[in-house]
Amino acid sequence: MPIPRYQPVGDRALLVEFEKKISQEVNARVHSLNETLLQEKLDGVEETVPTYCSLLIYFDPLKTSYEYLVYILQDLQAENFRNVRTQRRTVTIPVVYGGSYGPDLDYIAKHNNLTEKEVIYIHSKKTYTVYMIGFLAGFPYLGEVPEEIATPRLKTPRLKVSAGSVGIADRQTGLYPCDSPGGWRILGWTPLTIFKPSRNPPALLNPGDQVHFKPITQGDLETLHRK
Amino acid sequence: MRLLKVLKPGFSTTIQDYGRVGYQKYGVPVSGVMDPVSFFTANLLVGNHMNEACLEATVLGPKLRFLNETQIAITGADLSPSINHDDVCNWRTLQVHKNDLLSFGHSRSGCRAYVAVKGGLSIPILMGSRSTCIRAGFGGHQGRPLKAGDVLKFNANSGKPIPILKLPESLIPEYTSKHEADIILGPQDDYFTKESISKFLTGTFTISMDSDRMGYRLEGEIIKYKNDQRMISDAIPVGAVQVPESGKPILMMRDAQTTGGYPKIAVVSTPTIAQLGQAKPNDEITFQQVSPIRAQQSIREYLKSINGIKHTLKKLSSY
Repeated sequence: MPIPRYQPVGDRALLVEFEKKISQEVNARVHSLNETLLQEKLDGVEETVPTYCSLLIYFDPLKTSYEYLVYILQDLQAENFRNVRTQRRTVTIPVVYGGSYGPDLDYIAKHNNLTEKEVIYIHSKKTYTVYMIGFLAGFPYLGEVPEEIATPRLKTPRLKVSAGSVGIADRQTGLYPCDSPGGWRILGWTPLTIFKPSRNPPALLNPGDQVHFKPITQGDLETLHRK
Repeated sequence: MRLLKVLKPGFSTTIQDYGRVGYQKYGVPVSGVMDPVSFFTANLLVGNHMNEACLEATVLGPKLRFLNETQIAITGADLSPSINHDDVCNWRTLQVHKNDLLSFGHSRSGCRAYVAVKGGLSIPILMGSRSTCIRAGFGGHQGRPLKAGDVLKFNANSGKPIPILKLPESLIPEYTSKHEADIILGPQDDYFTKESISKFLTGTFTISMDSDRMGYRLEGEIIKYKNDQRMISDAIPVGAVQVPESGKPILMMRDAQTTGGYPKIAVVSTPTIAQLGQAKPNDEITFQQVSPIRAQQSIREYLKSINGIKHTLKKLSSY
């Protein structure tokens, strides 16, 4: 594991960059360092944004400094390397696959020479990590989708993808938190509210969470609705 | 209950305070005022605490009817404000009577005007802020810019009216159409050719018409990558200058998305981002590299100037 790179980002943020690749292992180090850092409750650290292979740390330059934070981080990093935190929250997301809920399930199956059932099985048996949240408020980037069902984005994005849609883009899967234009291949839909501004926290998922999808039927949806 | 009615919304008028801290990890933009200095001053001029939600009007101001008496202050861009068609000045406390009409005319200088109402606008707090997040459709008034017919509540004018305050002439900022932005190179300056970095630092860029609270698109030199190496998406701070494949830089402003995959050649300093809140389409920007130490000093000077305004107005109000 190469040594992480530290860089100032503007006058009030610091970027810690790990190996430049999308992988569970690298991303786990990002979340682990983030948690270790937040636990320190350092004066002047305002907020942090973990992404695939880097962590951006916003700080108040009048309360702390880039140099001081790098010094602290090098220490935390050493600990982080010996002992990556792996304890993570697991969230189960019910999904109705296919039909009008997942208009691209058919394409994903054909693209990969599989049946729709096989795609559902492969997509839902895996546990994913929330690599990061971005693009839209509450949109989680989950990885990694097994190679067998990886499918490229639509060439022309749809003008409207419904809130709750579950999509695939190459080796990633994600959830649309609100109605939005979008180019991911939609294979299903969840009745869960992915982002709600008045909820605390507002997003259903946190960066670093473990996620698995549970196939449900339209009938289950109606039962859920009645409850 | 005290009310004001929106007769005309103007070009884009939103409710903003200083914005959200701590929610970028959930993909929530920081939002908040584009020009903090004008915003703080507007609040101070009506005796509010500095972070009370205000209206932020852009280029073409709204037309508002106050259904109750109050005090207001207008700061920032000079959009030719008037009350009942009599011209009024920015940067001072204004008395508003029941049924008074606040309207704006042509834009004389700057881009964004702030209207503070004594006691503050009555808007629910979401994630620690009353700011409108247009992209995600929440905050402010129904998560969107104001529309004709909207009715906004403002808080009771508790206590007696404050004395009329005027910001001394020497503290009133002057807005120009040429801007010098201090930048710190990186975090992905190594994605760009040496020629492109030097073009970025020596060229003059024009803010395109296609610019808003999310970002300013810049026309001018084409900034090229070294080769077609692709970067992995990471966090985008406010003030980042990202360069898409077109080679035309985009300066990310307060409603920008929190993550993205375009390389960022540089990040603009905090005081410069605040100044650029008054930049408008067709204005020119040049970028100059500053040392981290110089950037630190600038932040101190910037905060000192805000404190200076605060103390001056405090002194004036105690006479």
